[in-house]
Amino acid sequence: MYPAAFAYHRAESLEAAVELLGEHEDAKLLAGGHSLLPMMKLRLAQPEALVDIGRLPLAGIGARADGLTVGALTTHHRVATSAEVGGRWQAFAEAAASIGDPIVRNHGTAGGNVAHADPASDLPAALLALDGELCATGPGGARRLPANGFFQGLLTTALEPAEVLTELRLPAPGPRTGSVYLKFEHPASGFAVCGAAAVVELDADGRCARVRLCFNGVTEVPLDADTVAAELAGSDLDDAAIAQAVGDCLRVEEPLADTFASGEYRAHLARVYARRALRAARDRARTAADTADGAGG
Amino acid sequence: MSGIATPEPVSVTITINGRLHRAQVEPRTLLVHFIREQAGLTGTNIGCETGLCGACTVLMDGAGVRSCTQLAAQADGRTVTTIEGLADGDTLHPLQQAFWEKHALQCGYCTPGMILACVDLLQKNPDPSDQEVREALKGNLCRCTGYHNIVVAVRHAARAMAERG
Repeated sequence: MYPAAFAYHRAESLEAAVELLGEHEDAKLLAGGHSLLPMMKLRLAQPEALVDIGRLPLAGIGARADGLTVGALTTHHRVATSAEVGGRWQAFAEAAASIGDPIVRNHGTAGGNVAHADPASDLPAALLALDGELCATGPGGARRLPANGFFQGLLTTALEPAEVLTELRLPAPGPRTGSVYLKFEHPASGFAVCGAAAVVELDADGRCARVRLCFNGVTEVPLDADTVAAELAGSDLDDAAIAQAVGDCLRVEEPLADTFASGEYRAHLARVYARRALRAARDRARTAADTADGAGG
Repeated sequence: MSGIATPEPVSVTITINGRLHRAQVEPRTLLVHFIREQAGLTGTNIGCETGLCGACTVLMDGAGVRSCTQLAAQADGRTVTTIEGLADGDTLHPLQQAFWEKHALQCGYCTPGMILACVDLLQKNPDPSDQEVREALKGNLCRCTGYHNIVVAVRHAARAMAERG
């Protein structure tokens, strides 16, 4: 099974990649190729040119006091097995670890995954829940885009046609914060039928300071359950409060539906995974709070 | 109008099992086609061609990769190991030996990809549990064995490799 014919260019620099993208009407960037090539073989994508950025020095993980940087070409394997990412940005590490299978994770890239914007993918909701930012370079120079608003539709992002995604950034979580990514996956493909990313931050009294709850697989763009988050602010986050907030406030408008899972079923999964993810993130936040406050006192 | 009629060929050089293979190929040539048709190494099987079955798994620069989901051009300058490159002369790789001894194959079609995926696993985790073997082989489908003997073989090979040191 071959893709349709295309011209192949290997970019020797970021600037060259941007230039090559600008020279073609319909060019696509090739990183790991693990999202793009399957689509091209099915002829769902037929770009006239591929710009291979796979060898650019855009891979690497940087964990500092103020946040995490993940180069766009960092593989899922590297993100999933990084002690730094797993330590403070668990939801992101767990999302990376749940992509595809080990062989796919060897070559699939964080930037490629996010730029592809498949609604059933795993990184987008984690990136959004952790208040991530994306760095991109285009003909007009470099800019930063918040994850909130980046995903605009099915396979559609806020990137301009000649822009290259270069880096993902996640701010440092507060000291009493826990996060988690849980997923109900399609049994054959492993894609998310419903993936829930939850972040819980507690105040010094152990009450809820802030919650983030986002979903993959349920709607065309990652669903941000900000109404559930608002309802839980200031609560003690016990199981009953979580169940109540999810039951009262989680709205899934226009859920995705296919032969495997109806919209109604996906909305149901979202409620179940919302509760599970919030409870798991709360428990991790409590553990983190014990450590932080223990160290402080 | 999609695609283009006559794309420039790409010059690709790949070291496969220690031997250099050089060819001018169409950009859309997949690594698995390069391995089978340019290098003539047909041990790497083509299964689903959509990245789901794992039959075409090989190692590229030491890490497992689906050779049907990779352009030959992406592998230019890199080192590839296929099933033909695992044995040391007449001595089978411990995974090959274990698949034989533990009857971990029936028709054999998935076996090359299965074994290369297991090489990838044992590099990362030299002593995997049954569960870890099953998780590692999530992307490799076998329609004959029911996987049981494959798991047995991988753990047998892990022990053999540990003893060998």
